[in-house]
Amino acid sequence: MSSTEETIHHAHRDDEGSRMGMWLFLFTELLLFGGMFLAYSVYRYMHQAEFHIAAKELSTLMGTLNTLILLTSSLTMALAIAALQNNKKVLSLILQGTTLVFALWFLINKYFEWSAKYHHGLFPGADVLMEKSPGQILFFGLYYVMTGLHGLHVIIGMLIISYMSLGTAKNKITADNHVRLEAAGLYWHLVDIIWIFLFPLFYLIS
Amino acid sequence: MSKPIHSNYLPYLLVWFALIVLTGITVTFAGINFGKYTVLTALVIASIKAYLVLSIFMNIKREDKVFKIFIGISLLFLIISFALLFSDYSFV
Repeated sequence: MSSTEETIHHAHRDDEGSRMGMWLFLFTELLLFGGMFLAYSVYRYMHQAEFHIAAKELSTLMGTLNTLILLTSSLTMALAIAALQNNKKVLSLILQGTTLVFALWFLINKYFEWSAKYHHGLFPGADVLMEKSPGQILFFGLYYVMTGLHGLHVIIGMLIISYMSLGTAKNKITADNHVRLEAAGLYWHLVDIIWIFLFPLFYLIS
Repeated sequence: MSKPIHSNYLPYLLVWFALIVLTGITVTFAGINFGKYTVLTALVIASIKAYLVLSIFMNIKREDKVFKIFIGISLLFLIISFALLFSDYSFV
């Protein structure tokens, strides 16, 4: 690429500004989940014993497994960006694909978890749940809303990463122009951070 | 051409390893009852994990100072929300 072409090509690009834009969006996500963590903290403060009893229904093993899956998917995403920066397109694509596989695995585990709860009658509005104490009903309400919204973020993250993989394959996202993949990575890591807090608050309090 | 960035994979692998170890620690500690410190321990470990993801995976260490200031401000407002909320509820 000649230097003139380079200048024209980069004339309207501000990678740092793009990343800042992504961060500003992530702050709104922080407040979205922050509000839910606020609700959680107050209700847990008011119903401590009942939250502990309700949390016994959740599988610590499943929660731990999903934590390990999500942490590893964050690693593969960070490595995918590093690989592309090092001009290793194929390696980056493989790592992006691995991230998607981990994300899918996470959701499959979540599906089994929720199905098991459903069969035990532990879902919003179920008779079995409604007979429990208010604190336990609140715990499961928060559990479904918070892990549900997080799961939705995992699905959206998968769609974004898939789109970026397509861009990488078509050479629209390259070693020279990778800010979009970085933005996708930032989103994915935020989803990971939210899970880092959800995990001890729901699975490790029994 | 803009100068190629040579990204090192090692820091990411080390952070991932630390995150796995911390997960192990938090699960082990959850089995032990520290009374009122149990929640605190879990939250401190989660915060360390979040810090690692933020600084290395999300590359905040490499970003301009303004990014750190913005993150600080947004966390400050979250903390203010929690503080104000509990100033109401802890006296109920």
